[in-house]
Formats: sequence, C-alpha cells, structure tokens
Amino acid sequence: MSITATDAVVLDGAPPPATPVRRARLRFLRGGKTRTGLILLAFFVLLAVAGPWLAPYDPDAMSDQLLRPPSGDHWFGTTHTGQDVFSQILVGTRGVLVVGLLAAVIATALSVLVGVSAGFLGGAVDEILSALSNIFLVLPGLPLIIIVASFVPDTGDIVIAVAIALTSWAWGARILRAQTLSLRRRDYVEAARATGESTPRIILFEILPNLTAVIASGFVGTVIFAVLTEITLAFIGVADISHWNWGTVLFWAQSNQALAQGAWWWFVPAGLCIALLGTALALINFGIDEFVNPRLRTATGSSRKVRMRVGFTPVVRRSTGDGHHDHSSEHSSKEPRP
Amino acid sequence: MKYILQRLAFYAVTAWAAITINFLIPRLMPGDPVQALLSRYQGQLDTKAIDSLKALFGLDEQQSMWQQYTDYWAHLLDGDLGLSFTFFPTPVSEVIGQSLPWTLALVGTTTLISFVLGTGIGVYSGWKRGSWLDGLLPVTTFISSIPYFWLGLVAIALFAEKWSLFPNSGGYDNALVPAFDWPFISSALYHAILPGVTIVLSAVAGWILGMRNMMVTVSSEDYVMVAQAKGLSERRVMFGYAARNAVLPNISGFALSLGFIVGGTLLVEMVFTYPGIGFQLLQAVGGKDYPLMQGVFLIITLSVLAANLLADLVYAALDPRTRKEA
Repeated sequence: MSITATDAVVLDGAPPPATPVRRARLRFLRGGKTRTGLILLAFFVLLAVAGPWLAPYDPDAMSDQLLRPPSGDHWFGTTHTGQDVFSQILVGTRGVLVVGLLAAVIATALSVLVGVSAGFLGGAVDEILSALSNIFLVLPGLPLIIIVASFVPDTGDIVIAVAIALTSWAWGARILRAQTLSLRRRDYVEAARATGESTPRIILFEILPNLTAVIASGFVGTVIFAVLTEITLAFIGVADISHWNWGTVLFWAQSNQALAQGAWWWFVPAGLCIALLGTALALINFGIDEFVNPRLRTATGSSRKVRMRVGFTPVVRRSTGDGHHDHSSEHSSKEPRP
Repeated sequence: MKYILQRLAFYAVTAWAAITINFLIPRLMPGDPVQALLSRYQGQLDTKAIDSLKALFGLDEQQSMWQQYTDYWAHLLDGDLGLSFTFFPTPVSEVIGQSLPWTLALVGTTTLISFVLGTGIGVYSGWKRGSWLDGLLPVTTFISSIPYFWLGLVAIALFAEKWSLFPNSGGYDNALVPAFDWPFISSALYHAILPGVTIVLSAVAGWILGMRNMMVTVSSEDYVMVAQAKGLSERRVMFGYAARNAVLPNISGFALSLGFIVGGTLLVEMVFTYPGIGFQLLQAVGGKDYPLMQGVFLIITLSVLAANLLADLVYAALDPRTRKEA
C-alpha cells in the first residue's frame, strides 16, 4: 500500500505515527496562499467577536452629517440619515460569519451523512441517496431559498442558515461519495472488516479520518456559498433587515439610490469585505486542494528556475493499480466550485 | 442510448420533485399569506381565478391532501399558474411569458461566452504552468468571490452614473415599441452590454480555475508524453490530446453549476432592472406576490433542467464511454 496524499491527511482523529503527520501539517501551513487566507480569516473572526465594541458609533444612530464621503470622523462616510457606514460594517460582520459557519456546519454534517453512507453502503441505499443529492444539485438553490424564506414569517439568522444548509449540502455529498467509494476496498479497510469491526466503527475510525481534507475543503466551500447567499438574501430584502450584516448595508444603499447620488462609499466597503472574506476562504481551499493533489502546486518559490515542460514533469507514480485515487482526487478539484 | 434514457428518467424525477416541493412549500409553512391576499382582492376576482388560486395554494380545507395534489397537477398541465397580484389581474403565465425571452437571451449568451473564454484561458494557463499566467489565479479568485450583484452595482456607478457610457437600467429604450426591427434590437443589445459583461466577468473565473486544474492533471498523463515524443506540434498536443480530454469534467461541471449561474443572473437582472424573470421575482418578493414567485421558481427550475439535459447530450456526443456502456 503506497502512501497517497489522502492517506497522509490525518489532521486529527486516529492515532498515526507522529513524525509524518507533523511534517504534513507544516507543509499545509507553509504555502503562502494558505497563510494569507488564514490571516485574513482570523482578522474577520476578530471583527466578528469584537466588532460591536470597536464600532465608534451606534450603527442605527442618525446624525446631522448626511451622506458625507469618508473622513477622519466617519472612515467609510455616512448614509442619507447620517448613520456611520464603518460601524454598520463592523457590527454586521458577526451576522455574516455566524450564518456562514452555522449553515456550513449543518450542510457539512448532512453531506457527510449522505455521502459517506451512500459510498460505503452501496446498493439500493447508494442509488436512493445519490439520486437525492443529484436532484438537490441541479435544483437552482437561490430561487428555492427565496421562496422558502418568503413564506416563513420570521426570517432570523437561524432560519436563513438552515434554509441555506438544506439547499447546499449536495455538492459535498457527491464528492464524499466518490472518495468513500475509492476508500472502501482499500486493504486496511478490508483488514478492519476481517478483524470483525462493526460497520459504524469502520466508518468512524477508518474511513472518516481519511476524508478529513475533503470534508474540510467542502466545509470551506460551503461557507463561501452561504456567506454569498445570505448577503444576497439581505440585499434583496428577503432576510430580516433589522439585523445588521453586509447585505443589509447594501440593501439600504440600493433602496436609497446611493448609486444615483454618487455615494460610492455606501456600497464599496461592504462589497470589498465580502470579496476579501471570500478570497480568504478560497485561498485556504486552494491550500487544501494542493495538499491533496500535489500536481496543482505551482512551481513558484523554488530557488532554481525550472521551466516546466510537459512530458518532463516529475510525477509520483502510485504503485497500486487501483487508479481510484487518481479519479477521486480529480473530483475534488475539477469542477468549478460555486 | 441507455445513457440518454437514464438521464431522461433522472430529469423527469427531478422535475417531479421540484413541482412537488413547489406544491408542499405553501402547505407546510405556518400562516396563510395567500388567504390574506385573497380577502384583500375579494371583489375584483372572478370565481375561476379564486378556484385556481385555491387549488394552487391549498386553501380549500375540505379536500384531502391527495385531492389537492391532483387538482394542483391539473391546473399546472393547463398552464394555469394563478393570477399575479403585482400585475393584477394578469395571469402569472403571461407575466412569465413576457419576461422569459429576455432572461434566456441574456443568460444563454453570457454563459456560452464565459464558458468558451474561461475554458480557453484555462487550457492555456494549465499548459504553461509556472508562467506569468499563474499571476492571473489570485485575480480570478478575487473576482469570483465578489457577488454578481455587487459587481453590477459598481458597473452602474462607474459606466452609467459617472461616465454615462451605458444606460443604467431597463432592457431597451422606453421610447421604442418592442418589435423585430433594427432600432429596437440595437437598443436591446446596447442595454444588454453592461449586465452581460458583469455576468461574464464573474462567471469566467470558475471556468478558468476548473479547466486549469484539469489541464495540469491531464498534461502529465502518458498519452500526452507519447504525443510529444512523436514530435507533434505543441498546438496539436495541447488541443488535440490534453485539452480534449481535460474539457470533459468541465462540461459536466458546466451542467452542475448552471443553477448557480442562473441564481447569479437573477440578481444581475434585479440590479439592472432588466425586464427578465429575475426582476419579476424581485418584484414578486417585494409585493408578497406568492403565485408569481412560485411560477417563476417552477419555470427557472424547468429551464435549468432542460439546459442540463442539453449539456448531458453534448457530453454523450463527446465522450464515447457513455455510449459504449450499454
């Protein structure tokens, strides 16, 4: 059994030999992309925790400084009723992250449940669960969430998070199923089965630890999707607009003709924050992807200048003839993730 | 053939699921918003309209769930989606019929452009891995993290409000009457540029990344090495051997991300007040127009399914393996 990338990804869980894991962990963090992503994410998490205390003004408080461009007093300018945009963004960070993370946690749990059981159990269970996740995959998520959210009388953060989770788990389930399929006939799983381990135990202690990287990447992808969806819902006024988040800021900017009045400071900061947070998460995901599939690493950073030529690229050949791994690691990166 | 039949069956099941979800949502949710609407418009509705709304939203308490379900299907098959309240008393099917061509034209063209453009750039940057094109990756990542609608807002602020190069809203010049003549079509094209470019810009990044990753994976395959060893030209190996194989997952990815693209396009329409189906959805949400909302959802879903089926057929034509597995 050769050591493939996924086998080495044991970020937590089962007790592996100590040294290779540490090396693997360090390599994951060494990439400049991943580090940039993590630092950016940490920054936003900090804002989410401390935002309401850091905010210089009450985000709802009106003042007589109407529609002022950014200045020393109001870093991001003011709205048409004199509210401080900077404070609105700071206070709004928490809502964005909470919904994003909550939705991603629920969606990831669902996708692990559906994907791993479909892949591992096979047969009729697989057929039904795969069909279910394929159906959810092709149904357009956003219109569905809009419909559900507009029928619910109270659209607080939790309702929105659950609605997003229910429509976004299918992608992860599909990838996890493919990965589980490639794992379940591996020698060590067969060995565990032969020693009489129960199915739940095999899934929990043999399969799941080897799916950590895939699950993590799916989780991060879902956070991106959830944050974008949540902001969109707030922007079009479906979600509860009495809670501040970046989408609410954009909602008020749009409904008060910020564009026509040239008040760029009203909508630019919120958009940049969304883009920065999204980039941070995407960078972390690239780190995970490159960790799983070393061929994606770019040649930059090496001291010697090597011109990569196809046909001369050093490739680690796997000794096992199963080819499944190859196939499934493509799965995690091939299709553009929404 | 077996493959195509399987796909057809799958889409039939999915369409059924979507319609059933559409049937269940108003019945499972607490409160009866449609009942409130009905009583507000009491005097202005004729009995037939009331009947169809009752059937579509399950307001008739006496009926069993099954009875409601068959009634619902009967109305759908008649093309009866109820009355729109925002455009009272126009039927929902008529409102959708007017706005659907706009969306189809906008989404269809921009999706095709961004797919071709993104795949092309992806092929090239995957082939020339480690060249300056890698510098494009962080940029595309950043752009793909921006919500479609925000990019639209910025586009309006810059190109419509600040420099007045393009109109800031609408699908055509209001002075014109929609017709198949040159003034109208040119005006429609002119109005479509800004929303179109917005969509292409946000959608293209995903294709570049996906295609690049596949190219990188494929270009270390043995058959690519053989092709190079044979002394074939660089172009021929790149397109005929590597890209040809790498594009397959991108096409199935294309099908899967259609739903997402359509969602983004709806938002672009909302921002640009483009007379398509997304803008109708926004108005329906604002006016609590449940029949219109549900009609729009149904049409969007069915269109996405049809597009998916099309992508599957293309895939079957390109990949001989799907045809052989019989």
